[in-house]
Amino acid sequence: MSLSIERGQICVLMGLSGSGKSTILRAINRLNEVARGEVLVEHKGQAVDVASCSEAVLRDVRINTVSMVFQQFGLLPWRTVRENAGFGLEMRGVPAAERTRIVDEKLAMVGLTAWADKYAHELSGGMQQRVGLARAFATDADILLMDEPFSALDPLIRDKLQDELLDLQKRIQKTIVFVSHDLDEALKLGNKIAIMEGGRIVQEGTAEDILLRPANAYVAEFVKHMNPLNVLRGNAVMRPTESLKRDGDCVLLDKAGEVKVSVDPSDRPVGVTLNGRVGTLGKADEETGRIETDCDVIVAPVDLKLKAAIELKRRTNHPILLVDNLGRLAGLCDDDEIYRGLLHRAGN
Amino acid sequence: MFDWLTAHKIPLGSTMADFVDFLTTRFQVVFDVISVVLETGIEGLTDGLLAVPPLLLIALVAAGAWFLHRSIGLVVFILAGLLLVTNLGFWDQTVMTLAQVLVATVICVLIGVPVGIAAAHHPRFYAALRPVLDLMQTVPTFVYLIPTLILFGLGVVPGVISTVIFSIPAPIRLTHLGVSSVPTQLYEAGKAFGATRRQLLYKVELPYALPTIMAGITQCIMLALSMVVIAALVGADGLGKPVVRALNTVNIAMGFEAGLAIVILAIVLDRVCKSPETKRKGR
Repeated sequence: MSLSIERGQICVLMGLSGSGKSTILRAINRLNEVARGEVLVEHKGQAVDVASCSEAVLRDVRINTVSMVFQQFGLLPWRTVRENAGFGLEMRGVPAAERTRIVDEKLAMVGLTAWADKYAHELSGGMQQRVGLARAFATDADILLMDEPFSALDPLIRDKLQDELLDLQKRIQKTIVFVSHDLDEALKLGNKIAIMEGGRIVQEGTAEDILLRPANAYVAEFVKHMNPLNVLRGNAVMRPTESLKRDGDCVLLDKAGEVKVSVDPSDRPVGVTLNGRVGTLGKADEETGRIETDCDVIVAPVDLKLKAAIELKRRTNHPILLVDNLGRLAGLCDDDEIYRGLLHRAGN
Repeated sequence: MFDWLTAHKIPLGSTMADFVDFLTTRFQVVFDVISVVLETGIEGLTDGLLAVPPLLLIALVAAGAWFLHRSIGLVVFILAGLLLVTNLGFWDQTVMTLAQVLVATVICVLIGVPVGIAAAHHPRFYAALRPVLDLMQTVPTFVYLIPTLILFGLGVVPGVISTVIFSIPAPIRLTHLGVSSVPTQLYEAGKAFGATRRQLLYKVELPYALPTIMAGITQCIMLALSMVVIAALVGADGLGKPVVRALNTVNIAMGFEAGLAIVILAIVLDRVCKSPETKRKGR
């Protein structure tokens, strides 16, 4: 198998137990020895083959470039939260004062400042894993390995930590390799998802690729019961602009040509006429999909979630106009597109 | 057939005797050096402890126990127990026994803990070591008392050596248990953050195993104490002597008093040493 992960990506390795996902993850910092093949990691500006490098280089990689979060947290019970979070820095030989400064900063980041002097075992599971995260962040490694970090937690806490991780990732932009056996989690977190079976990657791609275009029966079986509402976005299901009928500077929304949207020269929708009557265009909020005022035709961003699209569609009888980030018309989303998305069928 | 079997006796015993003979003739110097070093150590410690006035030493022990455990009950027991021992006239013997037990325990820990760590790291070594440890604890003490007597001469040294042989399996076994029960994920966490083997040992394995190792040391002290009477048989001074003398003269009074002193010393040592394993809860 071959897998490449770009800087700043969250790549989720997803599969059932025994599919080899943890083995692949652990090859990246050689917790598992690699029998054949290469594991190239960018370490201090150079590509280092972790699978074959010397012990000294390996240690340097582990100290500076790759850090890890464990399923069962892997905290040392006789150490306080602060001492646990500083473990990686201690291995690097950072003096105590500086260590405390960095660690306190990271503990604040995961919201554990008040708990710094508690012992790890005095904390709840969710909090312990925050310590695990702080420990991994403390070394400021570029690459973060996460081995089912949230699997041992309650569903509600898991959901919260996933949100927090996504939030943190926006700020810190690490390269994260995440192992999960939970497809929901994979689709939620991953920019790139690799589905594994029997030690092979059977499909890699975005959440939408996996949902709409499963590579084989195994993946299809996996995604069969997935809820696409929070995963699919407008651009995955929409009818693209190119396939729409046009009439001069107008785009026709229905077959009879009764609803026309007029666009400016760079394809931005500017107005709408319904049966000759001039109608109104309303802009929907990107995150929530809410719309403030009543209008005839709704304009929404192209990466509108399917769930928000359904919400909007209840307010109008006409297709939703999807526009890209420059405001240009990208496609239409009508009932038909929504149904296809719900049934996991690709557009067109 | 049976006659034939008994007529051709396998010379196990005589071989062993020859081996000990060989050791005494060839390596007498080595054993003499060990003997002198140990004897000086024990006597030095005994003299040092005896130089302190008994009441002061008792007060110091009680203060130490308070510092470690913050328990009024324990302090009261130590004061009452040790004063009773002094009253019975066994103070000197108690100190001698204490010195022997401490020296034997220190030797056991110095050898036992590293051996236990090595055994945890090398399962094959442990597999080979296990029958030896079983043997050390099951062979009757008197059996190896005889060769130690020949090798080290009469007195306190063969007593301490036999004590070490008898009690060293405890720290070895418990150190092995503690170190080998470190959860894999703690190892992995250590390794993943770049710990060297030495750092893994000192920052992960030993702290994790510490309560178990301490339990091994406490056990070792108790085992060492249980050897005082046997050590007295080969001439070691201490609380064992009056017990042996009482046995030989059928002196119920002396036997009871000396026995009581041993029990008091045992309880005091046990309670004082037991702290670390009970204190650390919440694993």
